[in-house]
Order: sequence, then structure tokens, then C-alpha cells
Amino acid sequence: MQAGIVIVGGGQAGLEAAAALRTQGYEGTVTLVCEEAHAPYQRPPLSKDFLAGKQEADSVFLRALGYYEKYRIDLVLGDRVTEINRGAKLVHLSAGGAMPYAQLILAVGARNRPLPVPGAENALYLRTLDEAVTMKQRLAEARHGVVVIGGGFIGLEVAAVARGTGKPVTVIEVAARLMARAVSPLLSDFFVDVHRAQGAKVLLNSGVVEVRPDAVILSGGRRVAADLVVAGIGVLPNVELAREAGLEVGDGIMVDEFLRTSDPDIFAIGDCAHHPSLYSGDRVRLESVQNAVDQAKCVARAITGKSAPYGDVPWFWTDQYEIRFQMAGLSGGHDQAVLRGSIENRKFSVFYFKQGHLLAVDSVNRFGDHITARKMLAAGTALTPEQAADEAVDLKKLVAA
Amino acid sequence: MPKVTYISHTGETTTIDVPVGTTVMENAVKNGIDGIVAECGGACMCATCHVYVDPAFLDRLDPIGEEQEEMLGATAAERKPNSRLSCQILMKPQFAGLIVRMPERQT
Repeated sequence: MQAGIVIVGGGQAGLEAAAALRTQGYEGTVTLVCEEAHAPYQRPPLSKDFLAGKQEADSVFLRALGYYEKYRIDLVLGDRVTEINRGAKLVHLSAGGAMPYAQLILAVGARNRPLPVPGAENALYLRTLDEAVTMKQRLAEARHGVVVIGGGFIGLEVAAVARGTGKPVTVIEVAARLMARAVSPLLSDFFVDVHRAQGAKVLLNSGVVEVRPDAVILSGGRRVAADLVVAGIGVLPNVELAREAGLEVGDGIMVDEFLRTSDPDIFAIGDCAHHPSLYSGDRVRLESVQNAVDQAKCVARAITGKSAPYGDVPWFWTDQYEIRFQMAGLSGGHDQAVLRGSIENRKFSVFYFKQGHLLAVDSVNRFGDHITARKMLAAGTALTPEQAADEAVDLKKLVAA
Repeated sequence: MPKVTYISHTGETTTIDVPVGTTVMENAVKNGIDGIVAECGGACMCATCHVYVDPAFLDRLDPIGEEQEEMLGATAAERKPNSRLSCQILMKPQFAGLIVRMPERQT
């Protein structure tokens, strides 16, 4: 077999890399090795419409099976790469056998951070379709209460869906505010109000010491009854395969601006890739659809000889109740936050600046601000904090100008 | 069941059943119709499921929502008066026979 491209990981980054290679005209073999038994599917709906019963399982798949045949993408399901032999340019598979590669793309993703307390096996996690199917079933059966450990995006989306079914919901967050890693205090406070207004209990600064089959025990000794406990306390990048192959790893697999690892024939993309970012001024690892898709395209360009550094504007979204929250750019390190719109009316954006330079925009039910922000950040449009705060200033015109 | 016809930019025509209550985008993806990408999976975040709706059907469609209006400003191909995001076209009985044309590029 002529060695072609082997993609390790059948999440969205892996699938999009295979698709982008064909779109970019790559003619060699493309093999996509998926650890799960399912063809590649979307993860975002799992904690939203799928869990809420508004979307069926068959609509989460990213492509029809005929697509893989038509575009000669060899889909290997239910198998995993156990070892990379860089010298021989081979990957070994758990089912036995080895596969040669000319270039290797690691799209190995991340896994849920396990809850480090006794009884953690009583909690459910949510990352895969199978886990979502189980959680949906358990949610339907829950009578006494749903406890969500971790006030991040996944936890809060699950909490919103659970409240939508009318069950008692308690969110337990160890930090002083919600989504602390990703959003500013203003947004954290806003979302506490949103969840509490919907009847969810939100406990901040609260650690969990034990999960029992019928309750969660907090560090102060308080017991919260629960027949469904969901843990969403972040993820760990899957770096082991790369580390064992001698590639440089840290909080993710280290890649350069072309998404190459320390081996020029091996790339890493998506949730597992720790990459230099124009938007943070530093290195980051991002867990998002945008990052998966755009890095996939970037690596396909590199492989087909059209190399350009990764520089797409990060964006992200979450849906909680009737709130559509959209983020553009990376707000970490900002020294000024400016409000545009009305928090009371639940239609506002927060513009983040560092030394007067626009870093990021978070938007609540302000779709126009979000799209305009993406364009501004991509184009490097000059915007002052005063303009951002002034609703009389038409932001779209600034981009066009 | 109502049918929808998808026409690629090169003129390739595919007609499929689209159940009421599902979107024009998701049926295209499920049936392997090229030309509709839907990177965000129908969340109205990416503008890669852009289609041009046959003018004969335009009046029957629901009005463009604020969110779709903004995303249509970010399509890769030219936005025209009959541009829509196919993830936002939720099939109804009166859309039977709908014809959509796909742009040359989505990204």
C-alpha cells in the first residue's frame, strides 16, 4: 500500500481534515482511524438539542456514509492507534496490524477530567454520543434531582436542559464564579442570574467530597439529593500517544504556526493541539468547533503545498435556555471591558480591550455584534472603547471602511 | 412526503424527500449532497449551508430571522435577495417541491 495520510481521531477535526484534503485536491490515500464505533458526528448538540430530545441521533452525523466512499476516505471504526513508529513511519493499531503513513495528523482530542472524589463512578460524563444517549435516558428517569458538578459550558448546558424538563437542578462550582476560565466576571454574574431565574440552584465556592448513588456531599458536609449526577469539570488533552512517540507535549501536543509537531511529518489539530495564537499573543489550546474546522483546513493546505500559518479568529457559542451566547476572539489578559446594549433586556455585548486594542467580544443575543466582531478581529479594524460603548456608532460601517 | 430539489453550481440535480419538521440542510448532509457544508451542524454560526432559493418559493418561506440575517452577511459566495441558510429552512407541507441552488463555494 502506498503510504498516504493517516488521521488519528474521528472527531470533527479529524473528519474535517479528511474532507479538506480532498477539497484541496490531495489524491493519495486518506485513512481516518476512529476509536468509537460511530462514524464522525457533531458533539455540540449532545449537551443541547440532542439531550433535550429536540434532535435525533441520526442527525448528528457529520457526513452520510456514501460520502466516505465517494471521496475515498477509508473509515476505520472501533479501532485505535496504540503506537507511532516514527522511524518506520508506521502506526500500530489495537486490533493488530500496522499502517504506513507519509504524513500523520493527530486529531486525538481530549477526555473528560475525572472527578477526584470517592464515589466518582456514580457520576455521568458527557463527551461521546453513547454517553449522551445514557444521560438522556437517566435524565428522563430522574425524579428527585439533578446535580451538575462544574459550572462550565457543558455543565451549564446540561443544567439548562434539565431545568427545561422541570426537574430540580443544582449546579455546584468550586470557583467563585461560573465559566471562570472563559468569560469575564460580568458574564459569570449574568449567567448565575439566568440560571437562578429559571429555578436552578447555583452554589459557588463549593467543593464536592463524595458522590453517593442518591446524593452529593459538599465539603461543608451539606448533602444534596440527586438521582442523576453529571460531572463537567473540564478535559485533559490526549497527549500520551504523542509523548510516547517522543514528540514535544505539555498541556496538549506542541505544534508550530503550521500545526506541525516536533516531527515535520506529524501534525496535531483540534482540542489536543497547543498552538501559537495571534489572538492571545501566546500559545493556547482551544476546544471548539471553529478551532477543529479551521485547523483541519490549515493542515490540509500545508500538506497540499499551500502552507499558510493558522490565524483564524476564534469563535464559540453556547445555548442556555433562551440565551444564545457567542464569543469572538480571546478575552484573556484584557485590561478594560466595555458594555454595549442592555443587560436587563438580555441583549448586550462586552468588548474587551488591552491597552486600547480590541481583543474579544462576548455577545448575549446580539448576533450582529458577534459577526461584526469576527470581521473586525480578522481585519484588525481599529475600534476605540468609546465607539464600542456608543450604540449610535454603526460597527458594520467601521468594518466596511 | 414533500420533496426538495438541490442543484449544484455545475447543474447536478438531486431530488430527495425532506420530512416536515426537519431542515433543508440536515437532509442534504444525510443524503450526501455536496455543496452544503454546515460546519457548525445547524447552529446558525458558520454560514456554510448557504443556498439560493428558487424565486417561485420565496414568498412561502418564513421571514429571515435576525440571527440568519446577520449570518447571511458572512457567506463566502455573494449574498443575493434569495439567499438563505438552509439550516434555517424548516420544512413545511407548503414548501413541497422546493428548489434550492447551491453556490460555488461555502468557505
